[in-house]
Amino acid sequence: MVLDRRMLEALGIDDVDQLFSDVPDEVRIDGLPLPTGKSEMEVIIKVRDMLAQNTTVEQVPSFLGGGIYNHFIPSAVKAIAGRSEFLTSYTPYQAEISQGMLQALFEYQSMMSELTAMDVVNSSNYDGATALGEAATMCHRISPKSAFMVPSAMNWEKRSVLKNYIDGVGMSVIEYCYDPYTGGMDMDDVRSKMTSDVCGIYAEVPNLFGIIDPNVTKLKKEFPEVPLVVGVNPLSLALVRPPGEYGADIVIGEGQPLGISMSFGGPLLGIFACRSEHVRKMPGRLIGMTKDHDGRRAFCMTLQTREQHIRRSKATSNICSNEALMAVTASAYLGIVGAKGLRSLARLNMKNAKLLMDRLDPLDGFMAPMFDGAHFNEFVVRTPLHPVKLNKLLLRHGIIGGMPMHTHVPRMTEHMLMTATELTTMKDIDKLVIALQEVTQ
Amino acid sequence: MSYRQARYDEPLIFELLGGNDFCPVCDDKVRIPEEMVRQDLCLPDIPEREVVRHYINLSQMNFGVDNGMYPLGSCTMKYNPKYADLLSSLSTVTSVHPYQDEESVQGALQLMRDLEKALCIISGMDAVTLQPAAGAHGEFTGMLIAKAYHAANNQQRDEVIVPDSAHGTNPASAAMAGFTVIEVPSGPDGCIDLEAVKAALSERTAAVMVTNPNTLGLFEKDIADLARLVHSYGALLYYDGANLNAIMGITTPGAMHFDIVHFNLHKTFATPHGGGGPGAGPVGVRMYLEPYLPVPRIISEDGKYRFDYDRKESIGKVRSLYGNFGVLVRAYAYILEQGGDGLKDVSQRAVLNSNYLKSRVVPTYEMPFAQLRKHEFVISAKKLAKEKGVHATDIAKGLLDKGFMTPTIYFPSLVEEALMIEPTETESKETLDRYAQALIDIASADPEQLRTAPHNTAISRVDEVYAAKELILSWRIYQRKKGPGSP
Repeated sequence: MVLDRRMLEALGIDDVDQLFSDVPDEVRIDGLPLPTGKSEMEVIIKVRDMLAQNTTVEQVPSFLGGGIYNHFIPSAVKAIAGRSEFLTSYTPYQAEISQGMLQALFEYQSMMSELTAMDVVNSSNYDGATALGEAATMCHRISPKSAFMVPSAMNWEKRSVLKNYIDGVGMSVIEYCYDPYTGGMDMDDVRSKMTSDVCGIYAEVPNLFGIIDPNVTKLKKEFPEVPLVVGVNPLSLALVRPPGEYGADIVIGEGQPLGISMSFGGPLLGIFACRSEHVRKMPGRLIGMTKDHDGRRAFCMTLQTREQHIRRSKATSNICSNEALMAVTASAYLGIVGAKGLRSLARLNMKNAKLLMDRLDPLDGFMAPMFDGAHFNEFVVRTPLHPVKLNKLLLRHGIIGGMPMHTHVPRMTEHMLMTATELTTMKDIDKLVIALQEVTQ
Repeated sequence: MSYRQARYDEPLIFELLGGNDFCPVCDDKVRIPEEMVRQDLCLPDIPEREVVRHYINLSQMNFGVDNGMYPLGSCTMKYNPKYADLLSSLSTVTSVHPYQDEESVQGALQLMRDLEKALCIISGMDAVTLQPAAGAHGEFTGMLIAKAYHAANNQQRDEVIVPDSAHGTNPASAAMAGFTVIEVPSGPDGCIDLEAVKAALSERTAAVMVTNPNTLGLFEKDIADLARLVHSYGALLYYDGANLNAIMGITTPGAMHFDIVHFNLHKTFATPHGGGGPGAGPVGVRMYLEPYLPVPRIISEDGKYRFDYDRKESIGKVRSLYGNFGVLVRAYAYILEQGGDGLKDVSQRAVLNSNYLKSRVVPTYEMPFAQLRKHEFVISAKKLAKEKGVHATDIAKGLLDKGFMTPTIYFPSLVEEALMIEPTETESKETLDRYAQALIDIASADPEQLRTAPHNTAISRVDEVYAAKELILSWRIYQRKKGPGSP
């Protein structure tokens, strides 16, 4: 694009390079060795063709889950989240001209607070894994001790992220085992590992194995002084008792199931909720209801003194950019499906997972589920072939198989996590069963 | 031109009425342990049509780059091209599961690998990770890399130096990674004071974090000397990429001898900021730091791409999966469209726009420190505050009334009553002239009118004190606290 000569003239210069006279020769480069620019048409064709190499879950049935799920997204959700007034705005520092975003985020906080039965929800973290990391360091601020208890059966990525978040404050992790029959927490192991050095305990509902573990309700009763962090799949909370009702101090989770596309793993939505008494120790942005100077209802960012732009190295977190648009997406989704729709969808997920389970179990060499706890929308199945190999064979039959378990629980070398959602059809399951029979013969 | 924003008394979604019309319905019995059964769920049950109207009304009470000029300093709010939105919404992006077999995601892997390579060229770095979700997350990643590097070399280094003009995320990120933060004052010219840095450097220094151009919009002229100084102490030099929009094709962090860089794709590479996020904060490093980058790395072998997790020195993961892929697609498309020539052009125009706008508003407003600026500049309302009691906030609210987003205000803190303006390259001279005129008019406007501004937005000036005192942070809390006089 040609530079606007009028501005150069107004500045009394004839070469734009004069505006860079303060950049020393020693550090200068001569342009960027990238290809020259392209037209919009060329860009769209090139990128579209490149991406066309991807196989999508619209083209073939998929049984993958493990934290990211293929759910139906009502068309209106995309229409709302695509409004460019939301999409192209920045963090709502200027409340008066940003009421739309602020109210939408307040409503997100509110809906998530209803789902989790917690008073306070921030307006988003990056994803479930970083929310866990922030929850652990927040426990350390609530109770300045150094150990954080987590299940040994946890997505390894979360474990790795957690380690990076807690290292800086000198915390370490204690892992408790799962019960090999139910797949829930081994409460005896939790009791034996609980020491006075523990600043928080983390449990997931559903857990890595897809199990709705009732033991989680015992934690606050048995260890009332230890901050309890519960990780949730928000969709399951339509039917499952919310953590706020059994004493959770902090609730975190991955919000992607609430109307957010999988998009190869991002952007996602980190849910972060806590009890009112901990609010000043919480990371992330908070939107509060207030009034304007004429007494009308209004919304603005509040408790900013916790945040990095005010508190700098003493802030509760470094988070600045978050996932605000994903939060708006999730609340638009919850608004459209409503309480009734969300409960129906959760039931459909459970029902389809049960159908899938019942079809896989009788197959030669398969056992489903591995654990006898109650499952939400996924379960562990034992496979006669190594799951990675099995998945490659399934892909040749036009099927995306489940998630291999060994990367998360090393001893589970012949185990796969199979997931169903409301989008899983009988036809998909039939196709899977036929393919499995063929490839394992 | 006069401006008037929509002003609806839009109820909360919880206050809307009507029946739920969402299908499908499923009442089948499911197996949940008795003590884990949920009794009630208070979410709105209203028709889709009403939900859509609710959000459309809200959107009309929000201001984005698509509404008008948005010169928030350091935020680089440029126009977001629509082809990027289109590409990131293709089903080959949205309907791909991150745990699919590599064979079935070759397009995604190729795009990410190509984007890494382009960012290497733009930054002069040797390797890039796309994993961090935001700029501050990139800083945190960079600090973890610095920590791992020094630990691998058996060095006990627990301090990070940042100038007092740095973004708040710099000290916060360094502290989160476990470092003690030492803030050094800027020199009398607004640039880094080499002597002050030298006094703070020691064998305990792990890294020095620098933004160049800095938050005053000044190019750190002594950058090469600073790099030599920092390296002579065995410390690493970290580049905060928030202001990369000023220098593309002119210099690179690599040419300036930085060791670690983060990019803000939602700034320099035009991906929309979504009211706060998602962003993306890739991190670039020199070859000797490459082993510490997060896993997985993307490698290509025999024309196929795959993930490599087998990297013993890696810091592991900083978030789940591979990054904000939807944002990466947008940035990749933008870089393709601009090309190497276009990106240099972007920086030249950004700097021209900034210096032009500055020339229009100075001397109506004072500008501390040297005159030549890069992509942004900081003016001061000190004189107006003293003579008329009009503060930076009042000027900001006055701009809202004229249909413009404000500058960043009260930052950096070394300028009193600061207004930090970054017009970006995507605004025309005509728009810049209107913005300049708005600022000039405000300087002579009725102070009382400004102190009560804004008047033309969805609400009048917001009561932040009430918000912080009452802490109504959810519908649940509101239901409990609601009484006479409640909002």
